[in-house]
Amino acid sequence: MSTVAQKKGFLAILWDYLTTVDHKKIAILYLVSGGFFFLVGGIEAMVIRIQLAVPDNSFVSAGLYNEILTMHGTTMIFLAAMPILFAFMNAIVPLQIGARDVAFPFLNALGFWLFFFGGIFLNLSWFLGGAPDAGWTSYASLSLFSEGHGIDFYVLGLQISGAGSLIAGINFLVTIINMRAPGMTYMRMPLFTWSTFVASALILFALPPLTVGLFLMLFDRMFGANFFDVTMGGNTVIWEHLFWIFGHPEVYILILPAFGIFSDIFSTFSRKRLFGYSSMVFATVLIGFLGFMVWAHHMFTTGLGATANAIFAVATMAIAVPTGVKIFNWLLTMWGGSIKFTTPMLYAVAFIPSFLAGGVTGVMLAAAPADYQYHDTYFVVAHFHYVIIGGVVFAILAGTHFYWPKIFGTMLNETLGKITFWLFLIGFHATFFIQHFLGLMGMPRRIWKFLPGQGLDLFNAISTAGAFLMAAGTLVLLYNVIVTSRKNVRVGNDPWGDGRTLEWSLSSPPPFYNFKQLPLVRGLDPLWIEKMEGNTKMTPAEPIDDIHMPNGSIIPFVMSLGLFIAAFGAMYQVDWRASGGEEFVWSLPVLIIGMLITIGSMATRSLKDDHGFHIHKEDLLKDEEKGGKE
Amino acid sequence: MDTQQKFTSRTWPESPEKTTLEGKNKFLGFWLFLGGETVLFASLFATYLALKDQVPNSEHYLAKDMFELPLVFIMTMLLLTSSLTSVYAMYHMKNHNFQKMNTWLLVTVGLGLTFLGFEIYEFNHYVHEFHHTFTSSAFGSAFYTLVGFHGAHVAVGLGWFILLMIRNSKRGLNLYNAPKYFVASLYWHFIDVVWVFIFTVVYLMGMVG
Repeated sequence: MSTVAQKKGFLAILWDYLTTVDHKKIAILYLVSGGFFFLVGGIEAMVIRIQLAVPDNSFVSAGLYNEILTMHGTTMIFLAAMPILFAFMNAIVPLQIGARDVAFPFLNALGFWLFFFGGIFLNLSWFLGGAPDAGWTSYASLSLFSEGHGIDFYVLGLQISGAGSLIAGINFLVTIINMRAPGMTYMRMPLFTWSTFVASALILFALPPLTVGLFLMLFDRMFGANFFDVTMGGNTVIWEHLFWIFGHPEVYILILPAFGIFSDIFSTFSRKRLFGYSSMVFATVLIGFLGFMVWAHHMFTTGLGATANAIFAVATMAIAVPTGVKIFNWLLTMWGGSIKFTTPMLYAVAFIPSFLAGGVTGVMLAAAPADYQYHDTYFVVAHFHYVIIGGVVFAILAGTHFYWPKIFGTMLNETLGKITFWLFLIGFHATFFIQHFLGLMGMPRRIWKFLPGQGLDLFNAISTAGAFLMAAGTLVLLYNVIVTSRKNVRVGNDPWGDGRTLEWSLSSPPPFYNFKQLPLVRGLDPLWIEKMEGNTKMTPAEPIDDIHMPNGSIIPFVMSLGLFIAAFGAMYQVDWRASGGEEFVWSLPVLIIGMLITIGSMATRSLKDDHGFHIHKEDLLKDEEKGGKE
Repeated sequence: MDTQQKFTSRTWPESPEKTTLEGKNKFLGFWLFLGGETVLFASLFATYLALKDQVPNSEHYLAKDMFELPLVFIMTMLLLTSSLTSVYAMYHMKNHNFQKMNTWLLVTVGLGLTFLGFEIYEFNHYVHEFHHTFTSSAFGSAFYTLVGFHGAHVAVGLGWFILLMIRNSKRGLNLYNAPKYFVASLYWHFIDVVWVFIFTVVYLMGMVG
């Protein structure tokens, strides 16, 4: 491994990314594949809106519509939003706490490849007989009777990518607990690190119920078990519970890192320390905690009884309190600040009213008796798109602009960024604000077409027009990315000029070992403290010495590939057994071969020692003479 | 600290599993993983309790008709004892006594294998005597999934111990493999704790109907 810049061929670069364990490169992998799935999910959304643009439309057939609707939700949550947030966590959190890498670089790569192969597997369903069509919640009473392999793709794909998320969660928890630089106490961690920490804890405790739920579904559909088959003593409500015990914390897994990104953006571009830092931390932890107490508010109409509904309604409303604390803290951070309206800041400012609207409808929905009216209408669709787009997607877009220079070493064009912002903001409100009223007027969610003359025509047409504005905004962003990469103007450590936290003390992108000397953290916003004292660099906490780094490895890729192959075998052995052993004879061998690849690579990993390597002091000093760049 | 350094029982650190940063990370990461595993088994227990004795018709046997405490008692004793012997192994690991550690690990593996043997016998018994299978009823699915997940964990734990013993048989203890032994034993304790709950929730509560 040489630190000297080399001109590499395409294959060498490909191999580098297939084997990398560097958190910064894994971040790029997450960002690119998450971005790809975001576009796929976006196209699915456009098809939904085109189908609903005019009454009695037949742009897509009813069956295909169900598949697109299901895949839109599943893709956006599991394959777009989570991975893109993982991209920022990977790129930024180790830098923010002053670490040279994450705690488990190998597992970090494994987590990515599991997500990647799970996502590919799920999307291959389009080409192999049809996608899942029982909604992203895939309620068992419906999904057990879905024909073909759509639901099997859903179950196996999410099982594989879910394992990847769990690994990522544990990795970030250990990284943040064990790898902080000298002086970086918990109460000096930037809010993005804090929210990553809490979101990772949620991942750790929320993913296993989904794993179990998916296993039960898998056993029912593929191995003849009877968990959800009422005629055999089963109970379909078990799936609802397991799914939502995962599903509700999942929305906090998404929104907490979004809050973290916005908190950092607010303080950076208000050029003020975050107002009420400790109450922000407390609110983050409290939201994480309460996030586990509210899952049954998705099941008010299931029939759990008035007592259960009342408890879950009150717990749900309680979440508005810490969230309100956050909203006021953001406003007060801006209050009296010297605000710069950069693209990330525009998203942050627009996020407050947008997300607040989603929060208000959230409290409305939490009132269980009223929910009987809203349930399964477009009101709910409007609500969750207000929190997910107004919160998470805005944060993803803001973070993309904000962290782009740190990840790629070049700035996205600000003018194009602002055009994207306005198109997206207007498009978003045009699409979803009106859906509140569609819902109140009685339009059910998930329907394929509506009839003319019921007063739904105009609002649906407006909603579709808004969706096209969002699509236009996304295209401008893509154009921006291409133009920026072509120009490739390199930027320095702190391209925004107002960086407060450790990531802005490093070159953009940072050298592969991040910190030549671990920095000494002397308070909240450590770089800002140094700037205020007239220093241009962080004060080092240690002399220059050898740095220990992990070796790259292809094993994470192979391990995940094995599961990907095995999943095909597991799925088609159902047909093999159904045909009495006549067809699909390859299925069982494929299952076994896939599992052997995975288990074999796990054994290789444990039996072969991997001690990593050292970057020597002399090379580091040589690097310094060249300006510290790779 | 160099992970391949040779140690004697005098120079061996007090907590060899947490002396290196890698060890410390592994130690904490594994505890967190066990936290996730706890939720996994909690979900399986909840499913089992919801589906216990849920059968399509009265021809199916229920928990109280099938379970026999003497058999389960022996299995419980085997697994509890294996947890104790793994503690002995870790005691000798901390004292840098490689031979004794391996001996106790071997005993642990032996007890674990015997436990698995009993479990296979037990499942076989239910299938053939009572036609209580994975596909016969929701009760059957829930029972075999919960107890089977535990059994699979036992099998993985045994494979892990055996792999560790074979891999390190020639080179003895160092700071690279000490954390590996330690987390494997943590895993084994976790399996034991889960069994205590299975014994209570599935078998004892099964006897009282």
